[in-house]
Amino acid sequence: MAWDSRARRVMMIYLPLSCFVLILLFPFYWMAITSFKPNAELLNYKEHNPFWITSPTIAHIKHLLFNTAYPTWLKTTMFVAVGSTTLSLFASTLAAYAIERLRFRGSPYVGLGIYLAYLVPPSILFIPLATVIVQFGLFDSPMALILVYPTFLVPFCTWLLIGYFKSIPYELEECALVDGATRLQILRRITLPLAVPGLISAGIFSFTLSWNEFIYALAFIQSGANKTVPVAILTELVTGDVYQWGALMAGSLLGSLPVALFYSLFVDYYVSSLTGAVKE
Amino acid sequence: MSVTTLPAHRVALRQPGWIARLFDYKPFLIVMCLAPAIGLLAVFLTYPLGLGVWLAFTDTTIGKRGIFVGLENFQYLWTDPLWWGAVFYSVFYTAVATFGKFALGFWLALLLNNHFPLKSLLRAIVLLPWIVPTVLSALAFWWIYDPQFSIISYLLVDVLHIRSTNIDFLGTPWPARFSLIAANIWRGIPFVAISLLAGLQTISPSLYEAAMLDGASAWQRFRYITFPMMMPILAIVMTFSIIFTFTDFQLVYAITRGGPVNSTHLLATLAFQRGIAGGELGEGAAIAVSMIPFLVFATLFSYFGLARRKWQQGEAND
Repeated sequence: MAWDSRARRVMMIYLPLSCFVLILLFPFYWMAITSFKPNAELLNYKEHNPFWITSPTIAHIKHLLFNTAYPTWLKTTMFVAVGSTTLSLFASTLAAYAIERLRFRGSPYVGLGIYLAYLVPPSILFIPLATVIVQFGLFDSPMALILVYPTFLVPFCTWLLIGYFKSIPYELEECALVDGATRLQILRRITLPLAVPGLISAGIFSFTLSWNEFIYALAFIQSGANKTVPVAILTELVTGDVYQWGALMAGSLLGSLPVALFYSLFVDYYVSSLTGAVKE
Repeated sequence: MSVTTLPAHRVALRQPGWIARLFDYKPFLIVMCLAPAIGLLAVFLTYPLGLGVWLAFTDTTIGKRGIFVGLENFQYLWTDPLWWGAVFYSVFYTAVATFGKFALGFWLALLLNNHFPLKSLLRAIVLLPWIVPTVLSALAFWWIYDPQFSIISYLLVDVLHIRSTNIDFLGTPWPARFSLIAANIWRGIPFVAISLLAGLQTISPSLYEAAMLDGASAWQRFRYITFPMMMPILAIVMTFSIIFTFTDFQLVYAITRGGPVNSTHLLATLAFQRGIAGGELGEGAAIAVSMIPFLVFATLFSYFGLARRKWQQGEAND
């Protein structure tokens, strides 16, 4: 067919696609290249081509790791992300199991209610939540974040896991029930092992979302050591009139790496569950 | 399950303790399974939501319990040019960014739906802007928009010679507004593209074959097959996108903090500035609550979009 000729394909598909990739990836390239540029090159575009580094340095990263509390921030963020992911997976697996497998009157409405909770954005909750956190004596504690993050993680994971449980044949559970297994045994030995791929994708989503969370961490955490990476970089590293762009970009790069690595390990799960969730 | 292991299992499963028997009582099990999720959501979502609405009608400040003041906060906001500015920019930001995200994201989805080598790798790469913490990529944009060392200015001035002076991206209202929108679109494209790609893959190729036989042009195939078939998914993804763009916080907070001269305040950043940084919890809550009418509208839109596909409800589709 004439219209599907090679030249047309290049113009209609490869050219726009390369533009998209170039633009979508450029900020990361710029982040990376800034992290390794010595200050002399960083602020001198006349003598140095800004798109390349002539004498790469790890001074910015060294500064970040040894002269700032960056390692502590990383640890706190990891702690918060792992904690809230565990809690959310626990809560949402049980909820999804009850809604999809135990089937009771009104279970669709409970499912819908939990789903609607996802549509309540953190920006309208953070002010009252701050007072709740203070009442519970959790202000300035990473525990506050671990308890609060499930408000957006549970709806998401439950929704994802309902879809997953749906794909597991009901007959397997019935057989076990006939064999005299208790409901808890069925859940632990049959349903959960079969739902592992779903649990993994829910876990990845939760981990990424809690690593990225910003507004609660900004509003509830005051002391430097308890801050998460996104908040700490913005509030502790951005100082003075002359920004330390090298260190800032190195911090952004390092803070993005755990999520990017974690995600790249499970990218197939990630894309398929995202597309799966949308497909039904 | 092999036959030989079954009897052994049966013995092991025979004697359930009283706890296990209690869990076999279905209503109890249902309550126990739902308790953690519902409990967390009730304490940290439903209760604060109600509290937030209450706070909006009080004059609470940090450290002082407020008293009920009726609509005073809202009356004040009504006369506050900064609130009106934030309403204007929130709507403008949402409208332009959503349009940009969907136009470009749909285009990218159509591109990714073609067959070419390294397809799955490309899909993975394309998702990166969405994966990386928003604040961290926002910092990269802040650096890209630097008044002196912006790489965009460098390209326009020193490489392409289109302009003679650097662009002051974040120093003047309109350029700052559009700079933030550009960063938001950049971040939103991957999600839109991947979600719509999933939708595109559910469209049966036989529809296109039939249309081709009938002599439909590429545009007609898009207009009369792709677009209508994508409507349900477009409606859902767009609702999500509108809600999260309208209530966005971190991108603006990271790059401009509402400046210059408060021209880029979204309702969320204004609520933070008044409520947390300024200590006026009641007023901040009122600003946050003023987002609710918009969100209810978007959610109803979503609900009907969902109902049309019996989305994830487990109702009448098994």
